[in-house]
Amino acid sequence: MHAGIIFLLVIIGSVLFHIFTPWYWTDIASNWGGMDDTITLTFWVGGGVFVAVCLFMIYCVFRYSHKEDRRAEYKPEDKKLEKILTWATTLGVAALLAPGLIIWNQYVNVPKNAIEVDVMAWQWGWQYRLPGADGKLGTTQVRNIADNNPFGINPDDPFGRDDIMVESDVINLENNRPVKILLRSVDVLHNWYVPQFRAKMDAVPGTVTFYWFEPNKVGEYEVLCAEYCGVGHYAMRGGVEVQNKADYEVWLSEQETFEQLSARYEKLNVDGNKLAKK
Amino acid sequence: MSDEYDNNKSYQAQSSEVMDGSTGSVNPDIDYVRPAEVGEQELYHGHSFIEKWVFCQDAKVIGVQYFLTAVFTGIVGLILSWLMRLQLGFPELAGFMTAEHYYQFVTMHGMIMVVYFLTALFLGGFGNYLIPLMVGARDMVFPYVNMLSFWMFFVAVAVLMASFFVPGGPTGAGWTLYPPQTILEGTPGSGMGILLMLISLSLFVIGFTMGGLNYMITILQARTRGMTLMRMPLTVWGIFTATVLAMLAFPALLVSAIMMTLDKVLQTSFFMPTILKAGEVLEYGGGSPILFQHLFWFFGHPEVYIVALPAFGIVSDLISVHARKNIFGYRMMVWAIVGIGGLSFFVWAHHMYVSGMNPWFGFFFATTTLIIAVPTAMKVYNWILTLWRGNIRINTVMLWCLGFIVTFVNGGITGIFLGNVSVDVPLSDTYFVIAHFHMVMGIAPLMVIMGAVYHWFPLVAGKMLHEGLGKWHFWITFLGAYSIYFPMHYLGFIGVPRRYFEMYDSPYMTSAVGMNEFISIAAFIVGAAQFILVFNIIKTLKTGKKAEQNPWKANSLEWYTSTVPPEHGNFGERLPVVHRWPYDFSVPGAKDDFIPQTTAPSEVIHTEVEKT
Repeated sequence: MHAGIIFLLVIIGSVLFHIFTPWYWTDIASNWGGMDDTITLTFWVGGGVFVAVCLFMIYCVFRYSHKEDRRAEYKPEDKKLEKILTWATTLGVAALLAPGLIIWNQYVNVPKNAIEVDVMAWQWGWQYRLPGADGKLGTTQVRNIADNNPFGINPDDPFGRDDIMVESDVINLENNRPVKILLRSVDVLHNWYVPQFRAKMDAVPGTVTFYWFEPNKVGEYEVLCAEYCGVGHYAMRGGVEVQNKADYEVWLSEQETFEQLSARYEKLNVDGNKLAKK
Repeated sequence: MSDEYDNNKSYQAQSSEVMDGSTGSVNPDIDYVRPAEVGEQELYHGHSFIEKWVFCQDAKVIGVQYFLTAVFTGIVGLILSWLMRLQLGFPELAGFMTAEHYYQFVTMHGMIMVVYFLTALFLGGFGNYLIPLMVGARDMVFPYVNMLSFWMFFVAVAVLMASFFVPGGPTGAGWTLYPPQTILEGTPGSGMGILLMLISLSLFVIGFTMGGLNYMITILQARTRGMTLMRMPLTVWGIFTATVLAMLAFPALLVSAIMMTLDKVLQTSFFMPTILKAGEVLEYGGGSPILFQHLFWFFGHPEVYIVALPAFGIVSDLISVHARKNIFGYRMMVWAIVGIGGLSFFVWAHHMYVSGMNPWFGFFFATTTLIIAVPTAMKVYNWILTLWRGNIRINTVMLWCLGFIVTFVNGGITGIFLGNVSVDVPLSDTYFVIAHFHMVMGIAPLMVIMGAVYHWFPLVAGKMLHEGLGKWHFWITFLGAYSIYFPMHYLGFIGVPRRYFEMYDSPYMTSAVGMNEFISIAAFIVGAAQFILVFNIIKTLKTGKKAEQNPWKANSLEWYTSTVPPEHGNFGERLPVVHRWPYDFSVPGAKDDFIPQTTAPSEVIHTEVEKT
């Protein structure tokens, strides 16, 4: 008896906890509301099954607890019941899978008007690169990385000359414009993750991975590394600032291009040489 | 029980009889059981203390050795989890702990619990003890190899534990050991620590292969007369299928461990691309970190079922015995176990939806993953339908089974979240994942282990564990564990990433400080409650009530041994002959509410038995 009551309280407590929890997802700030909706749907279906199964179990505990003078039913199989349950479960699972796959299809197909952002990760930090006036990012190689080429852009690639370098762990994005995040890492796995955008993907050294989203709420957000990357993992934070088009363009115009950065370093070099000669 | 066999004439292996059996000639005698096809196994009985208790060839002793060694590693894993929870709940009290320590504890806790505790306990512990007894064999078919298997495991554990004491400490790469960070500076224990881990894993796989061959071949070749495959207890089916999975999955782990060792020691580049570290390009190039993840999860996902399937099997038997009712839908249960086992090889990359593998894989692996939910759900239905119209003893064993159903269904449902590719995107690498897998493959199997300990202790030790203590142990563990992991899902919804040493002051994370403190306190209590069992065992061994033979009135063969606890050879003079499945409980017309597997049809002529 007591056992049934305690189990019942556990189930009721779980449902109440879910209804009144102060801990739930952060306000969404991207186009991936469909992910939240699928989670909600899964909660209804899955939570319903959980509660139903547990209540049935508790009912059995109350109704059929041991009595010396009673015998259990003897019925090894019930083909019909098993068939009904199999098909009902299959349908339920399919109903959950379908929206999941539809949203995944959106997730892997990037809109054509998305602006590309090169997110470069290392132990333990981030920096960002945007395409210049030509709208294309230059190709890169880890071996090219140097003080005067922090992103390892191939010096011979004409698309790379006007790339915009953001040597900061904070990147600005334009509100309501799709962004294709191109992830790369120079050392180990990382993952550029903003909880409010919902989306994430690992950065893998040796390859470029991607995902996309469309920020839709102006504001500042914290970037977390979501793939364990060594002892500094928990401290590997960054930031995103989502701005209106006007503010964004002001910010963009203040950033340095690869060409400008190279020129600055050459000047430094020349100045340095002059100093050395003196 | 031996007088039951007096009417049977002693059978010897004769080729003519074998021929008769295989051509399917029907003997009109209703008690007819096909004769034995091979002669009896000769056993080597130990003569000295060392041969009887240390280098012993008796599967039961080996099972207990596995059990105790696994429990020892489990206690180490438990203490590590306490240290982690201290840091997460009360960082001000954990001043001695650096981030390096924390990650080492996380890693060792994970690896110990999954491989050295759960796998070794279910297959090495319960497998060794129960397989020969339940299929009616005198021992495993290769007793000497079986002994080697345990000692190889023992050495693997010793090497693992040694890594706590080497310079740099144990590896802190996370139990998944993802390269490149695993073998690079920047990860704690990337020197000696990771090498010892890889060596220990390799030894474990070698040792486990020796044991696994034994379990498989014993079940396939050494069953007693009349023990057809479809008369085996589901415990044996679960362990058998899990062993087949292990034989196919562990090689992938061994291969990745070897390749990673080469990457570490000889600077090969199986998993290592060009890497820039501290301003210098390392001597690696062209390797694929994602290849490792495929290999690891090709092992790692079946590994989940290597732990889960024996638990499924054992809990089925416990529920059936203590509900005094046949397991509902036995054939469905068998095929579900086999089906889940087969499918488990086609779902591995659902651990890698956001790993950077080709995103088109997501469609395939989400579909296969959700298909596996169907046979799993069928098992759950059949467990609760077994309770339905049963005559349920609400004793300690049954409580653990009920606790298993609640936690397993809870963890299974959250698995549907994570398996459904686009839902996984916001939740992967967060505390939701931690809550999910602890519920479904930590707590749920643990519930079964505990139930199994209370159920079979009378057989192993000949004494009954104390019920009152058992109930306290259950309720503290169940309620405590549930209140650790149920709220933890919501940390994942907030977006708190896993493997964070400190949360800092992100607003949505600081809102969870109170919850983290609560979870930590619950974890300390649940951990401490496990010592109730230790106390119960010690007390019972000293002063406990002596167990009668077959105290639960079960049908399966392990309760019908010549002595309790069973001696080497298990069944005395003659091996038992099996006439029915082990679930003939509450059969209409029968005198008792159970009919042992050894009871011949002619002895229970008035019963309405549907399935034999």
